[in-house]
Amino acid sequence: MSGFDRADRSVLARWWWTVDRWTLAALMLLAAVGAILIMAASPSVAERIGVAPFHFIERQFVFLPLSLGVLLITSLASPVTVRRVALACLAIVLGLLVLTPLVGTEIKGATRWIAIGGLSIQASEFVKPCFAVTAAWLFASQRGNPSFPGNLLSAGLYLAIVALLVLQPDVGMVATVTAVWGTQFFLAGLRMVWVALLATIAVAGLIAGYYTMSHVQDRIDQFLDPTTGDTYQADTAIMAFEQGGLFGRGPGQGVVKDILPDAHADYIFAVAAEEFGLIACLGIIALFAFVTLRGFVFAYAEKRLFALLAVTGLSVQFGIQAIINMAVNLRLMPAKGMTLPFISYGGSSLIALALGMGFLLALTRRNAEQGAGA
Amino acid sequence: MKQLDLQHAFAPRSPLRIQARPDLWLEGDTKRAVEQGRRRLVVAAAAFAFAFLVLALRASEIAVGGSPGDDTAARSAGVNAASFERADIVDRNGVLLASTLPTASLYANPARILDVDEAVAALMGALPGLDQDEVLRKLSGKGTFAWIKRGLSPAQESAVHALGLPGIQFQREQRRVYPQGALAAHIVGFTDVDNQGLAGIEKAFDDELRRLAIEGEGPLTLSLDVRLQQVLRDELAKSVAEFRAIGGTGMIVDPKTGEILAIASLPDFDPNHPMAGPDEARFNRATLGVYEMGSIFKVFTTAMALDGGKVGLVDGYDASEPIRVARYTISDSHAKSRWLSIPEIFIYSSNIGAAKMAMDVGAEGQKSFLKKLGFFRPPAFDLPEVGEPIVPATWGDLTTMTVAFGHGLAISPLQTVTAFAAMVNGGTLRTLTLLRRDADAVAPGTAVIKSTTSDAMRALLRLVVMAGTGKSANVPGYAVGGKTGTAEKASAAGYRKDALLSSFIGAFPMDDPRYVVLVTLDEPKGTKATYGYATGGWTAAPTVARIIDRIGPLVGMAPRASDPTDPTEAAEALLPGDHAVVGSTLASLSAVP
Repeated sequence: MSGFDRADRSVLARWWWTVDRWTLAALMLLAAVGAILIMAASPSVAERIGVAPFHFIERQFVFLPLSLGVLLITSLASPVTVRRVALACLAIVLGLLVLTPLVGTEIKGATRWIAIGGLSIQASEFVKPCFAVTAAWLFASQRGNPSFPGNLLSAGLYLAIVALLVLQPDVGMVATVTAVWGTQFFLAGLRMVWVALLATIAVAGLIAGYYTMSHVQDRIDQFLDPTTGDTYQADTAIMAFEQGGLFGRGPGQGVVKDILPDAHADYIFAVAAEEFGLIACLGIIALFAFVTLRGFVFAYAEKRLFALLAVTGLSVQFGIQAIINMAVNLRLMPAKGMTLPFISYGGSSLIALALGMGFLLALTRRNAEQGAGA
Repeated sequence: MKQLDLQHAFAPRSPLRIQARPDLWLEGDTKRAVEQGRRRLVVAAAAFAFAFLVLALRASEIAVGGSPGDDTAARSAGVNAASFERADIVDRNGVLLASTLPTASLYANPARILDVDEAVAALMGALPGLDQDEVLRKLSGKGTFAWIKRGLSPAQESAVHALGLPGIQFQREQRRVYPQGALAAHIVGFTDVDNQGLAGIEKAFDDELRRLAIEGEGPLTLSLDVRLQQVLRDELAKSVAEFRAIGGTGMIVDPKTGEILAIASLPDFDPNHPMAGPDEARFNRATLGVYEMGSIFKVFTTAMALDGGKVGLVDGYDASEPIRVARYTISDSHAKSRWLSIPEIFIYSSNIGAAKMAMDVGAEGQKSFLKKLGFFRPPAFDLPEVGEPIVPATWGDLTTMTVAFGHGLAISPLQTVTAFAAMVNGGTLRTLTLLRRDADAVAPGTAVIKSTTSDAMRALLRLVVMAGTGKSANVPGYAVGGKTGTAEKASAAGYRKDALLSSFIGAFPMDDPRYVVLVTLDEPKGTKATYGYATGGWTAAPTVARIIDRIGPLVGMAPRASDPTDPTEAAEALLPGDHAVVGSTLASLSAVP
């Protein structure tokens, strides 16, 4: 299985014997599933918007090896490096996030993309893993040194990020960041009073979003009462699950991809359901559950608060994104723009997730703490 | 311990190592913090595990429980026969007049259309009848719903379906169809696209048709006979064309039961496309139109006079001089300029004689008689389209005289036929109906004249056809009797000599009438064959003859070879008691060309 001798002390050999190969394998498998589904779903989308049929496939097949590289290189890092990289990245993407509403491209009523050197980057995708690590560090620092205002700093950072995301607007991203930060704060020893208070504020925020952002209101209304407005994507997605049955209609036999505008991105799970059936879907759910829960188990085993919080945050980010995406596909939640990690089309999303999972692999490496001695 | 279980389940290697070196790193505050974090982590992990479980269950529920096959079948079948919301309408023999078909209606959801121009071009290709600008406007709209075309044919539906356009969808609907087309359009009526009755039986029986459908009680059976309807409309149309009339109407009624067997009103329309034609085509002349019916009224005037005992068949009036009342002159169009007996007045349609007859009865007697016949109020009827009679506000001598020969009082052909049926059926006035009546369910009706008066009227009507103004209505072997009517149409400038309403109302066979037939032509023009005449005797009477000639065999009546062809014999046969009087009248008739 391995070309590395256990006695080999080279960086790669040490990495091979210390990294969590199960998580790595699960992520590779997800990326492979994603590649197959992009090939299934994206040509009809490409045809509809008038680009070459393999437009999305070609681009995704550039991003996939790139993200794999990011994943592997990041996973080589020590916890300290992870922290520093995350902090540096966060500073950069926050800057981009500030710039995005000013110079970004508006797509479907939201300004989320910014063009840098011919590449379109969705800065908010990168905020999630970097903020998860940074917030974990801030919380852990406060517990280690009560005079350090880590909680306050992370709260300030959180509010700043949320404000920038609402400007775009990107409610799905706000929800993810909130889930990550909230879980971390909860784990970092937030008093129950505060838990209740913050939960209340979150609900209030949701209600405020409902009344101030028309597209949020529309989507929630549609979810609560499917007879109002346009539930086309949601209806079609459900139809895909019905049509797929246990074993699916077969690769390439699906039809919903022809009519779902976001078949290659937000609704790729429905395409999987139609063409490959329930069993494939359960497999995908199981892969996500495996990676997420395995992350939690690693976090549980951590004896240093920073690693515990960072690994938890990254797992929550990965898991919540998968859950929300699939729940929307299954009409358990109002529609929300959220990619399915490693499966949906999207370069920014893919590389940012690779970065996050790279952080996770780096932090969960056996003996990783030894590198933190510095 | 719970945490141990969790560790074993996922079995990463590091926890074991930590167990081996217990809590070396966990001291004091940091240790407590990590322990608290761990406890709370279990909560978070449980929540995530639960969420993944819910996703798996939900996916299974939809994929396995969704039973896509049944659903699709139900969708494509649309509605089954039992769920039709409107009963069929059939004629008395069960011939379908109105039915409901499942159909697909096409609508657009502009929000889902990807390329409007492409969609418009494709739709125009599949449905060439569409208005391109309108479709473009609808597809570019902001909403999520816009009808493109209601009630597609299966071929059209298939063509549009094959386009595979997103945002272009079908709504299963029920569409009312009228297989007989324009044949009984004014009777059956029509509905709007939402199957709400807008006219005719469809409107009058809107709720009843729905009730019949829901309770599965079968179709609504009308009294109409499609075969007779076909003959009536056909012959009426021929005459309208021949005499270049602006319209025409006709009715065939069973005088014994009050059932209407046929009603035609021309011009008419196709109820499958009711709004395609002009408003005028949707106007039901037979029931909604009111007209001064002209000399047909002499039937009622004569019956009134005979029935009241003021005059007998042997009596008569001097018709040598026109009557001058105020600024008006009443004269005869078929002037004999001599004393005329009652049969002669009737047969030659003498206005002078009729006016004098009415004067003898008096205004009050005339009004009460006409009221009894139902001429002063809109009749109760099975259609919503019922015309209100135009009754003169004041009823002086002039009115009495003009109404006697059918001017000054406007009633609908429906009212005319209703009253005429009573004149020939033994004297019983029955509300006419469009619903089939079983023999035991015939309305009793009210007696309006004595049966002996009715006998006399039948003889007189038969004489009109045998020797009077209605000769061209005669059909050998059917003993047709009837009365002509030619009314000058009123206009703002008075009566117009060039605009006539020419009618013939008849019944057959006169010894026991089974059918009453009315034909009225609106503004017929004379032809070479009629020597330029456009009167009822020249236009409507031959139309009635053709109708009777055709429907006789249809209803199982063979021409009777035994019928007397001589007027005197015919009158004797119809009126055995008074034959001497009639005989002397006829002797004088034969002396006049």
